[in-house]
Amino acid sequence: MAKRKETAKVQQQTCIAPGIFDMWIETSLAQDAKPGQFINIYPDDKSTLLPRPISICEADSGQDRLRVVYRTVGKGTNEFSGYHAGKEISILGTLGNGFPIEKASGKTCFLMGGGIGIPPMLQLAKALHEQGNCEVIIIVGYRDANLFLDEELAKYGKVYIATEDGSVGSKGNVMNAIEENGLTADVIFACGPMPMLRAIKKFAEANDMEAYISLEERMACGVGACLGCVCKTTKKDHHSQVNNARICTDGPVFEAREVDI
Amino acid sequence: MAEIMKINTEVTIAGVTFKNPVMTASGTFGSGMEYGEFVDLNKLGAVVTKGVANVPWPGNPTPRVTETYGGMLNAIGLQNPGIDVFIKRDLEFLKQYDTKVIVNVCGKSVEDYLDVVERLSDEAVDMLEINVSCPNVKEGAIAFGQKADALFDITSKIKKIAKQPVIMKLSPNVTDITEMAKAAEAAGADALSMINTITGMKIDIHRRTFALANKTGGMSGPAIKPVAVRMVYQAANAVKIPIIGMGGISNAEDAIEFLLAGASAVSIGAMNFINPYTTVETIQGIEDYMRRYQIFDIKELIGAVK
Repeated sequence: MAKRKETAKVQQQTCIAPGIFDMWIETSLAQDAKPGQFINIYPDDKSTLLPRPISICEADSGQDRLRVVYRTVGKGTNEFSGYHAGKEISILGTLGNGFPIEKASGKTCFLMGGGIGIPPMLQLAKALHEQGNCEVIIIVGYRDANLFLDEELAKYGKVYIATEDGSVGSKGNVMNAIEENGLTADVIFACGPMPMLRAIKKFAEANDMEAYISLEERMACGVGACLGCVCKTTKKDHHSQVNNARICTDGPVFEAREVDI
Repeated sequence: MAEIMKINTEVTIAGVTFKNPVMTASGTFGSGMEYGEFVDLNKLGAVVTKGVANVPWPGNPTPRVTETYGGMLNAIGLQNPGIDVFIKRDLEFLKQYDTKVIVNVCGKSVEDYLDVVERLSDEAVDMLEINVSCPNVKEGAIAFGQKADALFDITSKIKKIAKQPVIMKLSPNVTDITEMAKAAEAAGADALSMINTITGMKIDIHRRTFALANKTGGMSGPAIKPVAVRMVYQAANAVKIPIIGMGGISNAEDAIEFLLAGASAVSIGAMNFINPYTTVETIQGIEDYMRRYQIFDIKELIGAVK
């Protein structure tokens, strides 16, 4: 179905780690949601006009509900964190291309998430589990022992953890976890902070692997019109033909070799 | 059953008749493709395209957008695919729709502008809007829009070769908007559009750097509306050519304010990003307002507040 803006209803919200919120939203957009896609959530406060693009953590199409897990980082997300069950919210979606799960067929896959890049890995792990013809290794990185979603991810594959302070799993980041555990794979799916994605791009190129990485940038429209959220690409982008792809519509997921990050 | 009152929402600017006065502000609506998923483009008075240059422009580094209180700043830097792709793809796309097409033209030199204007002469384009007011590119653009003699010069050169009526899009970043409006009119401009964005800046106190890679950006959104209404009013009282008003329009009430201030048409800009249905909701809201106040012809509203 086409992208649309609609009024949806918050079903429940809980705080699952310091500053990390887990919200289920009742919406028909769940029908269209693919792993790696995102929705725009609009704050009520009219001083914060722009939508907040937030990745889909889980989509339950049978029950028309979407789950987002986000970090409070400013006025918009602080407002969202105060929503209770029954609250009506404006959302637009589903946005972006999502992860190409067909690329996992017959392969061993790394699903790598760093910090607030972890949530989209849950829907991806679920989708790959349903697809069924690949092996999934999940590697997630946190700041400290305040883990989230790790137990749910473990239902779909072996989970390796890295923490910056070394309190759980490997000390350092997801790359340290790969090294320490001697992990190997054929294809990578990743979402996380830019330094992590740069390291993954380098790792994938050195090992001649495909890597699908989800990028982030300040957005306005979220639908490809404003050209605010571009990233440098190695080839001409199809929209403006100037090696600047739109993260919101051409992405957010790109094959690592396609982008200059 | 009460008969539905017949109303006329048509407006005519430089001989071009629009089914209603609601257009899209350049740069906020692409060439309509992206928003065609949300609204029926046939319902719009016109689609005003994203600025197009004679060659592709890559635009500025990111971050290109940031939020401000009741608005936003952008410094896209006029990323565009250039006139060749634009004609083949964007104009071809727009041909499917029963709406007017206004192409926003940008350039770094007078020759660049003339090149694009010439290339468009035989195309299915109803009007040209000349962007001499983008604050986010280093050469050209705003340099032509902040000095009356430069504006006069470029306007008259474009008018000499343009096959379509010419709208000059004015910058609010000037001391006296009427001086610029008069210069464009004296040089033969068929209409004016205003306002482009207001130059602004935001500093991220946590990262201790500029919120935009370009340092400055153009401010848009509801927060700038009073500035825009004031400038439209001043210009409308200084020149005889029609004005397309814009700047923070969120709904029909805002649009009507611009009409009353003297605009013959209005454009929806940043609010497309917040509510992709803003254009069509504004058209409906204007009709409702006309019925409520028994206004049969929208022209009765234009410049009605003196």
